Amino acid sequence: MRIAPVKLMRAVTAALLLAALAGCAAPTPWVKPYEREHFADPIMSFNRDPVSSTYLQHVFETREGARGATGSVGGGCGCN
Amino acid sequence: MQLTPEARCAQTRCAARLSPFTRTLLTLCVIAAPALGGVLPEDRADVLWHSYSGGDITIQGPSVLVRKKVGDNLSLSANYYEDMISSASIDVKLSASPYHEKREQWSGGADYTHGKSTYSAGFITSKEPDYKANTSYFAVSQDMFGDLTTLTLGYRRGWDRVFKDGKDIATGQIVHVPFNNGLSQAIADHRGYSLSLSQILTRNAILGFNYELLTDQGYLANPYREIRFLSPGVGLGFSKAPQVYPNTRTSNAASAQLKYYLPYRAALTGQYRFFHDTWGVLAHTVELDYTHPAGKHWIFDGSLRYYTQKHADFYSDLFPRANYQNFMARDRELAAFHSYTVGAGASYQFMVPGVHWISKSSANVRVDHLLVDYSDFRDALLAGTYGAGNEPLYKLNANIFQVFVSIWF
Repeated sequence: MRIAPVKLMRAVTAALLLAALAGCAAPTPWVKPYEREHFADPIMSFNRDPVSSTYLQHVFETREGARGATGSVGGGCGCN
Repeated sequence: MQLTPEARCAQTRCAARLSPFTRTLLTLCVIAAPALGGVLPEDRADVLWHSYSGGDITIQGPSVLVRKKVGDNLSLSANYYEDMISSASIDVKLSASPYHEKREQWSGGADYTHGKSTYSAGFITSKEPDYKANTSYFAVSQDMFGDLTTLTLGYRRGWDRVFKDGKDIATGQIVHVPFNNGLSQAIADHRGYSLSLSQILTRNAILGFNYELLTDQGYLANPYREIRFLSPGVGLGFSKAPQVYPNTRTSNAASAQLKYYLPYRAALTGQYRFFHDTWGVLAHTVELDYTHPAGKHWIFDGSLRYYTQKHADFYSDLFPRANYQNFMARDRELAAFHSYTVGAGASYQFMVPGVHWISKSSANVRVDHLLVDYSDFRDALLAGTYGAGNEPLYKLNANIFQVFVSIWF
């Protein structure tokens, strides 16, 4: 059986629209708030002691050609 | 007035080409990094003493960081950082005499949270005898998808003024001397754009991603350092000339961090960073960190870091002749090299008896050892023994020490 190009195009468009709608829907958090106790532990911080880690990065960056994107994930400073 | 330029280039001074801005970036991290979208950082104060010793350079000084909430939505921070530098590095020995100087940096910032968003802004100023740098920044963070994801966008702008110091023969005082173009100061502007994402993957794992685009325009060279070029039969077989840098630079850096909570309450972190810029520097950084609490009071840290980079297109340890090409540099920060850093730290948590406004305290110590192996930067001080271009490759060994006290209130 041969499918007409117009029908095929409509089917593809419908599939793409469905996929797009599915993508727009906010995903259900797969790690519930009550399962995140480990992230409240200071040892899970990306930057537990900013004054120390920043100094160490300073030591590296003054001796290397590379710079930027040095971590401190989630920072509100945009300096990451 | 007769002036004799005093080429006081040192490792830290050479960092002046790169470091005021990079230092600024790092300061931004100090001030605002703890802020997550929609969540303000804890009220906290840190007093740190740092010491770097290696390559005949000693740098030490204090750093003080204070954070305090004002109401429910606003957090203010301030940082003072100081470098006291005593330098007799290989660069200084090649061109001039050892020196001492101080750099001070002040910064202040504010974080305001509204719903799932955090807005951050601040200002940083750095001052040393021949380099003044000012930077302002702004960023916004947003928590999304049930707080599993935090997205941060940032922008910064920096304005630097560069001077060249020399000794006034008549008075013996250190004064600003003109650059080759006759001007008394040079200017460098910087812009930075960043995107960060943190993503909780499982109940034990979190992933971080960072991208940063940095652009510089203006005087980007170090006014003190010099290139060397072959001159057979003259002196040690080489002569020196001023460095010539491009007036623009654009770099891209991207990094990923994965942190995992181990079943027995410990944390393992793996990190990788890719870097490339328009000067031809290509670098990779890999780091592994391990954190292990012991009992109720102790937390121990261990880390191993590997870094490697390709040299800049216009770098050479020894150019074939004078005016060999339009841009020429011999800053070893632009040379090809790889380095290893091994570090360890200990933190002791305690309560201060009788001081009720302090909720928690810690005393901390950290030691790191840095080993740098240069692939095309030679010890030019040995040219008399080995001949120009045949000297042994330079190696740097440095010890980095930090001790600091933190209180939460």
